[in-house]
Amino acid sequence: MTEGVVWLTIFVLSVFVGIEVISKVSSTLHTPLMSGANAIHGIILLGAILVTGTTESTFALIVGLVAIVLATVNMVGGFVVTDRMLQMFTRRKPARSPADTDGGAR
Amino acid sequence: MPTWVQVVYLLCAVGFILALKGLSGPRTARSGNLIGAAAAVVACVLPFVYVDRLEHVPLMLGAVAVGTVGGVLGARRVQMTQMPQMVALFNGVGGGAAALVALLELRHMTDAVGGGELPGFDLAATAFTIFVGSVSFAGSLVTFAKLQELMTSRPVTFPGLPALFALLLVGAIALSVVTVTDAALAWAVVLCVVGLVFGVLLVLPVGGADVPIVISLLNAFTGLTVAAGGYVLGNTVLLVGGTLVGSAGTFLTLLMARAMGRSVANIMFGALKGGSTLGGGVASDRPVRSAGPDDVGIVLAYASRVIIVPGYGLAVAQAQHTLRELVDLLLKRGIKVDYAIHPVAGRMPGHMNVLLAEAQVPYEQLIEMDDINGEFKHTDVVLVVGANDVVNPAAKTTPGAPIYGMPILNADEAHQIVFMKRSMRPGFAGIENELLFDPKTTLLFGDAKDSLAKLLKAVESL
Repeated sequence: MTEGVVWLTIFVLSVFVGIEVISKVSSTLHTPLMSGANAIHGIILLGAILVTGTTESTFALIVGLVAIVLATVNMVGGFVVTDRMLQMFTRRKPARSPADTDGGAR
Repeated sequence: MPTWVQVVYLLCAVGFILALKGLSGPRTARSGNLIGAAAAVVACVLPFVYVDRLEHVPLMLGAVAVGTVGGVLGARRVQMTQMPQMVALFNGVGGGAAALVALLELRHMTDAVGGGELPGFDLAATAFTIFVGSVSFAGSLVTFAKLQELMTSRPVTFPGLPALFALLLVGAIALSVVTVTDAALAWAVVLCVVGLVFGVLLVLPVGGADVPIVISLLNAFTGLTVAAGGYVLGNTVLLVGGTLVGSAGTFLTLLMARAMGRSVANIMFGALKGGSTLGGGVASDRPVRSAGPDDVGIVLAYASRVIIVPGYGLAVAQAQHTLRELVDLLLKRGIKVDYAIHPVAGRMPGHMNVLLAEAQVPYEQLIEMDDINGEFKHTDVVLVVGANDVVNPAAKTTPGAPIYGMPILNADEAHQIVFMKRSMRPGFAGIENELLFDPKTTLLFGDAKDSLAKLLKAVESL
């Protein structure tokens, strides 16, 4: 298997995993889930660190540092705000099954 | 890259899968979020450990510190009512970061080969990240401005917009091709600018009530750019994390759109077709029946079944706590009271649950639309607090209305309806609500918090 196909395989499998793991989400959790997923793509911080840490030009360094600041805001802010939202759900004891509501509409 | 590092990256990727899994169930959501955060932190610490000669470490740590302070302050200070725009902002900066990383990576690639042949697929993925990352950045900033009401929340269109749209898209494709064949940084920068303009134009025609769907869609876009970045950098955790967000985000967007009874295409491009003739957004001067808090208090106190329909206006007035006190009082009088939660009450699906949870309303009293819609016929009083579009019968009766087809709460079936409103201004979707003019309807004008406090007093004195 060539390397490109390996990457393609990881990509395609991840697509299906991504859909599968959230397929049963209740509409109550749409907002926190969106926010949590938003925080996860803050992982671009890792990419920003890898690129910035290996650059030699001053200009690229500046651009890289800006990218690191932006990515950190995304990642840290995203996880903190999601946690804040979810704190409000913790006290409760869900009396009813939370499933079956995502189709809420029709 | 040492093998152990690759294994740790794999574990981090698994962490993201578990995070999403956890976030989709109420009991596991918080731990899921923490797992995701832990995986992200571990993945970001790794380069400092294994990369030989990683340079600019103090500067980079400084940048991380600045970003952390900014992120934490933003996330802690934001009011729960303003959360949707905060998520939009976080998503935007993430997209911007991805585009910048791709620009730098392109520079790296051209430097490294020095005019030699470059792998075309890598360049294509880089061009994709630059374009879509810019779209996500600019689009998210516009959604932020709309929700923060820095600009009109109504759809903005102008003649020639579809043509301009097509032109930009063709331009972006051409520029991507040039970037791939030429690998010139200058073209990539132009591509970036085109992406920014495209992002703005993509979101402008979307009406305020639909903006959350767009945030979700842009969120998925950013995920895909991160995945493409991961491919170019040869990093599995970026690829898996980004792809997960891309696919889960797209699916979530479809779920949200379905909860609103709309298609994503209709939400994004509906205004371009010039669909709605309704929604002038002007206050009507037709006669309505209004009453004071004392009269409404009597109506509530002697009912036997009451349903509360909370909306965004309740949260804006910060009146959740007062409302809970009123409901507690009614419950003490032996009245059966529930809250009817429309899936898109508030500004985002599930937003109202968060807002009421903040006011410590017990979970059992929050009844979702499908479970409560049958009960309105047997209900004496429906108290609508700061909601409008979610009880607007136009969704059933007026084809062509922007919200037509959206499932609504059947408040119109109740014996009596009390609307608490600040003014006769239409709701977020900008459509007049027939229910306000229904003979069964009474209006209680005033600030929600103020009116609720007066209602509370009125009921207490009975």
